[in-house]
Amino acid sequence: MAIARTENSDFAVSARSAAEIAAEAEHLDIRKRWLMVTPALVVIGLAALGPLLIVLVYSFLQKGPYGGVIWNFSTDAWFNVVLQRDMFDDTLQFADAHLSILWRSVRLSFMTTVLALAAGFPTAYFIATRPAQQRPLWLFLVTIPFWTNLLIRTFAIMEVIRNEGIINTTLIKLGLIVQPIQMLYTDFSIMLGMLYVFFPLMVLPLYASLEKLDFRLVEAGYDLYATRFQVLRRIIIPLVKPGIIAGSILVFIPALGAYVTPRVLGGGKNLMLGNLIELQFGQGRNWPLGAALSITLLMIVMVALLVYVRNVAKSETFNG
Amino acid sequence: MLAAKNKVFPGRHELRAAGKAGAGAGKESAGATVAVEAIGVSKIFGQNDDRVVALDKVHVAIRQNEFFTLLGPSGCGKTTLLRLIAGFDHPTEGHILLHGEDISALPPFKRPVNTVFQNYALFPHMTVAGNIGFGLEMLGKPRAEIDARVDEMLKLVQMSELKNRQTSQISGGQQQRVALARALAPSPQVLLLDEPLSALDLKLRKEMQIELKRLQHETGITFIFVTHDQEEALTMSDRVAVMDQGRILQIGAPRDIYDRPAERFVANFIGDTNFLEAELLSARKGADQVKLPSGKAVAASLPDGFSGSAGRKITIVVRPEHAEVVARPASGLLAGTLGNIVYFGTDTHYHVELDTGGEFIVRMQNLRGSEIGHAVGDKVGIAFKSDAVQVLKD
Repeated sequence: MAIARTENSDFAVSARSAAEIAAEAEHLDIRKRWLMVTPALVVIGLAALGPLLIVLVYSFLQKGPYGGVIWNFSTDAWFNVVLQRDMFDDTLQFADAHLSILWRSVRLSFMTTVLALAAGFPTAYFIATRPAQQRPLWLFLVTIPFWTNLLIRTFAIMEVIRNEGIINTTLIKLGLIVQPIQMLYTDFSIMLGMLYVFFPLMVLPLYASLEKLDFRLVEAGYDLYATRFQVLRRIIIPLVKPGIIAGSILVFIPALGAYVTPRVLGGGKNLMLGNLIELQFGQGRNWPLGAALSITLLMIVMVALLVYVRNVAKSETFNG
Repeated sequence: MLAAKNKVFPGRHELRAAGKAGAGAGKESAGATVAVEAIGVSKIFGQNDDRVVALDKVHVAIRQNEFFTLLGPSGCGKTTLLRLIAGFDHPTEGHILLHGEDISALPPFKRPVNTVFQNYALFPHMTVAGNIGFGLEMLGKPRAEIDARVDEMLKLVQMSELKNRQTSQISGGQQQRVALARALAPSPQVLLLDEPLSALDLKLRKEMQIELKRLQHETGITFIFVTHDQEEALTMSDRVAVMDQGRILQIGAPRDIYDRPAERFVANFIGDTNFLEAELLSARKGADQVKLPSGKAVAASLPDGFSGSAGRKITIVVRPEHAEVVARPASGLLAGTLGNIVYFGTDTHYHVELDTGGEFIVRMQNLRGSEIGHAVGDKVGIAFKSDAVQVLKD
């Protein structure tokens, strides 16, 4: 009996030390992993969080006379994001110019995302259903625009749609129109430019999702009396939802902050948020307002993401 | 014989296909209604140099309420035929009829036919109930009817308690049952099963074999079952079609297929068998005689469509369990030396080296007191009844 107990306690001791060793190893493992993410943390800290903090601080300071800031606390900049004092009678008004730019940014980005999805989905579906050895070629073709500078691509669009551009001259030569159609320097031209620039960002994540899609599920859908549209809505779309979310986010967010495209194709008349921010840091010489507008843009993106992710989660429980 | 009745007569079908396909209202000679009929169906994948003939002018008539099995090795075209019936692919040539109506051009969602897929293909974003109700939902049935039918189906496959589980949270065997329930829920006229048991372990497979048979009996739906497992085919089917290289070699009841294989491939693919070279003595129906390698003559049955007259060299098959080892070489139909004795528990295999060359395996059941007093090296005879001898076409 006594012997048995000794043996048991021996066993308990060795078991505990084994557990300790395991815990220690795990501890070491975690420390090693932290070490591995350090470069990423440094980059995020220095290149993203730090500047962001500076922008946040600047938005609560007074503007300097020739740009820059005066280190006095002020909420003027935030006030000026949506409101303004009338030049003559000092009454409070909504800052129509800012609001319309804000609205245009959200509207054009949203429409660009919707159009990119509408055009990108069939494209990605087409590529994903090609024989495996053909797919790299199609993907390569989709990514070719990435190889060219953004500015050059934007000027190329300009060349196509301007009043003396390819489309208008062709239509006039064909006798279909007399006056050139004004396409350049409109919201349409900005949207077209963004659609062209951000299109691959929609196609690639969609393709990644569609490529993983088990097409036997599609067949099972057809087998169970679902029409093509029902298969798309009830089976394919729910299953590739991660790709749709990723693609939409990848298009919507850079579209909101787009600068070059609205600058070139909007002609300085149709501003988007990115241009407005640039204006404040440049000619406007109002750094705090620029900073406040930047933070506003960031908040719009975060709200949009939250709404989107919420909706997706909700529709998923509905499906499931 | 049954085999004769079940034979497909290409000539007749060609006539039907040439006339109005739907007008025939598919009656078989036995009087049973034909559920699915393939008339001269070919399927060719690829073009020119990459051409693969998956199906080569297949004719088959599958009866109403029948458990019909397409049996063959992988790549024999059995799944292709199933996919043509389901509508996932369309025949390059020929017609598929469902109750006499040509459905060759219809998309799958317009065919009252459902499929149980090899890997089940359950929708991962839906619950068990969502999967089972999907077909009815797509048919636009009212919610109450769908719910009632889903409950009924869950009861049928004994899955009621897992109704609201995600399909990823249930075992392979349970997924199999959900796939069955999903395919049966819309009350299809024909249920297609594409190797549905291949992913299950042996014990579960045996259970599901019985389960499938029960379901078929209870629902009265025509089952078309694809498998490469001969045992599965023999135990479950009313009739079996043996396929190889895109052709149907033989159609018949499991017993006919096993006892009366018409071709070498069929005899070889299903069960163990002994092949013997022989010579046809008389080809008169009912008085067929063949000369065995040993010189002795024995009555044999000729397969349908056999051609050849007396003197033709033929191959005959004798199943190991249809023969027995006898003590005196002279009293058997064949004679040889006992080369090996392999004990299997329920039966024993005797490998006999024939005096005329080649090996003949005899399988004898180990009944009490039936042990033969032979040892390896003994001279023995092999006896079999004349109805054990089957002549092959090729």
